[in-house]
Amino acid sequence: MTDTAYQKLLIKRYAAERRFRAYGAIALILTSVFLLYLLVDIVRKGWPAFVEHHAALEVTLDASQIDKANPAAADYLAIVKDAWRNQFPDLSSRTDRKQLNSLLSQDAAENLRQQVIDNPGLIGQTVKADVLLSDDADLYFKGLSQESDTTLLERLKKQIEITRHISWRLLTNGDSREPELAGLRGAIVGSLLTVAVALALGLPLGIAAAIYLEQFALRNRWTDVIEVNINNLAAVPSIIFGLLGLAMFLNLFGMPRSAPLVGGLVLALLVLPTIIIASRAALRAVPPSIKEAALGVGASHQQAVFHHVLPLALPGILTGAILGMARAFGETAPLLMIGMVAFIADVPQSFTDAATVLPVQIYLWSDLPELGFQSKTAAAIMVLITILFLLNGIAIYLRKKFERRW
Amino acid sequence: MTLWPLLAITVTVIAAYLFSSRRAIALRLNNTGSFHSLPSYHGLLAAISALLAGLAAFVLLRQFAAFSAPEVAAAAGVIAIAAAALPASKVGATFRARPAFEAIVLAVLIASSVVAILTTAGIFASVVFESLVFFREVGIFEFLFGTHWAPTGTPPAFGFIPLLAGTFLITFIAILVAAPLGLFSAVYMAEYATSNVRSVAKPLLEMLAGIPTVVLGFFAALTVAPFIRNWGEAVGLNVASESALAAGLVMGMMIVPLISSLSDDIINAVPQALRDGSYAMGATKSETIKRVVLPAALPGIVSAVMLAVSRAVGETMIVVMAAGLAANLSFNPLDAVTTITVQIATLLVGDQEFDSAKTLSAFALGLVLFFFTLALNYIALRIVQKYKQQYD
Repeated sequence: MTDTAYQKLLIKRYAAERRFRAYGAIALILTSVFLLYLLVDIVRKGWPAFVEHHAALEVTLDASQIDKANPAAADYLAIVKDAWRNQFPDLSSRTDRKQLNSLLSQDAAENLRQQVIDNPGLIGQTVKADVLLSDDADLYFKGLSQESDTTLLERLKKQIEITRHISWRLLTNGDSREPELAGLRGAIVGSLLTVAVALALGLPLGIAAAIYLEQFALRNRWTDVIEVNINNLAAVPSIIFGLLGLAMFLNLFGMPRSAPLVGGLVLALLVLPTIIIASRAALRAVPPSIKEAALGVGASHQQAVFHHVLPLALPGILTGAILGMARAFGETAPLLMIGMVAFIADVPQSFTDAATVLPVQIYLWSDLPELGFQSKTAAAIMVLITILFLLNGIAIYLRKKFERRW
Repeated sequence: MTLWPLLAITVTVIAAYLFSSRRAIALRLNNTGSFHSLPSYHGLLAAISALLAGLAAFVLLRQFAAFSAPEVAAAAGVIAIAAAALPASKVGATFRARPAFEAIVLAVLIASSVVAILTTAGIFASVVFESLVFFREVGIFEFLFGTHWAPTGTPPAFGFIPLLAGTFLITFIAILVAAPLGLFSAVYMAEYATSNVRSVAKPLLEMLAGIPTVVLGFFAALTVAPFIRNWGEAVGLNVASESALAAGLVMGMMIVPLISSLSDDIINAVPQALRDGSYAMGATKSETIKRVVLPAALPGIVSAVMLAVSRAVGETMIVVMAAGLAANLSFNPLDAVTTITVQIATLLVGDQEFDSAKTLSAFALGLVLFFFTLALNYIALRIVQKYKQQYD
């Protein structure tokens, strides 16, 4: 081969080398870009749900409408609506008034009501009430409105002082049909109850199974069957666990529908393989010399395992448990099967109340046609992802802190 | 209903431990000879007897609505005390409390590991029994080979082929996205990346793996699908608003971390000696990867892709939110198709009548899905076992 031909070949081979390397980098970059774009897109869609708009409305608290002895009984919404209409005396036709009313939330008078109950001396005076605007008006002031006719809203902006507030309602309210009132409290409490059940069952069971398989089980057919079983279970689609919950727990055992108890049971079975596999890895990482030393000074087999091996494996087991918990927090499909998808406005009080969970709430809201729910959905996703990142962060921190080279 | 009985059991368990261990200590102080078990084991034996008996009583009594919470609490407490009384009465120098306690603990450990088998059996039983009822109404051949799926139509049709086609179409798109991305990322991370790049890229991939599928479904339905639709219309294509392409793309991105982390492990397991041999022959890095490392890692990579397929087939939320409901028999990625999991989810959400073929068909679909994923996992496992290279 001549020198130039060889040089040419070499150049070609080096070019191929650079190309191949670039493919790898491009694959990684594409994946990262996808993830970042996903997160940015969610935040961009979700941030408007963290603020809400109020109007500062002059309201005359007429003593004839509010009983001084029992200020809680008065119809504040009617008072606010009257004051609202009085601000626009020229709009008197039925359609105009309807449109005006549609700019107020159903809960518009809540602040005023609280104000008067706290301080009954206000009755008879004219006060500036802080009234919550409806979703339509709120979206307009956020610049998200798709309404074509905004003359009334523009007038409102000039005539009445509009203020922006952080919407704590998103975290403190239960679910609602009205976008401006819907909150995540019920879903968050439901998630906590459900995951608590899943963890209370899945964690002891998983750790016990892992200890047995890793430390006590004899290498025989029966153990092989259990091991193959656990690996298969880890790969069964989550929706199948929902079928199990529906057919067994609900139909056969007659447990209540939509309850965190049943959801937790299903999720416990779902994360059981994850916890077992992680715990076994943690137990295996403890060097056998530790156990042998304990046995050597006369400990029984169980004393060696429970007093010496298990404490050393505990950080690893805990990391696995937190990752399992993160998975349980984000799981949706099996919970749809056992009826945790109903519209539930109340915050669940016990493990057998009808409840929904955060991911299912996201699914429910994403299905609603109102534009306001779109940002609520994204905001709920932000809350969920924050929880998951926190959990994963704790797991990584624990792993780093207790990581031990033997 | 649950608080009082559990409280009663807890109190009994603590009391049983304290009573038995104190008694053992007292006896031991008076006794000069050897004492078989440590006092704490006498306590633990009494406590675990009380706990197991109390919990069993509680679970059994709960089944009868006739008993009120205080009654159940009292009964569970009495039974727990009775169970603790036996070991407590035997506390003494010769009583072998530790072996007895350890035998119970071992039994509990074995029972916990059997839960996994019970779960599989439970899944199997629930899908099979309901499916058998379904197949009594709808012929099994009609189900497996029918080309029309309309469970709510009049008359209802339960032909499974369109769902299978839809599932395959979306899975195919997903693997088409995920296999190259995941594999190239893994190769880059294992062979080229500096430790700095790895320390950024690995957490990013783990983060992507940890994003709940309902979030990806929202993203697919609200961002990716409209994007594809607009882009398709700009070039004059007719794109359904719930196109298979959008769901498949996002599902592919979901699977990338799975393929890349599995492949990464496999590529790292290829011994350095093979690479060094190739370099010594004058091969470049990419030639070594293509001709030596990847062929050696191939069985593992194939099994990783099979696991990815099984994950894609069983994935629910992305397709529920981003794919369609109508069962079109189509292989055009721009059409709306439906999948097995979508149908299971939609058939079982809302009103369920367990005597109608509509509801039961979901269990037949579940049965198919269960066996399909099991078969994929089994094949993946066998490939690794069969072609596993023994180095050194």
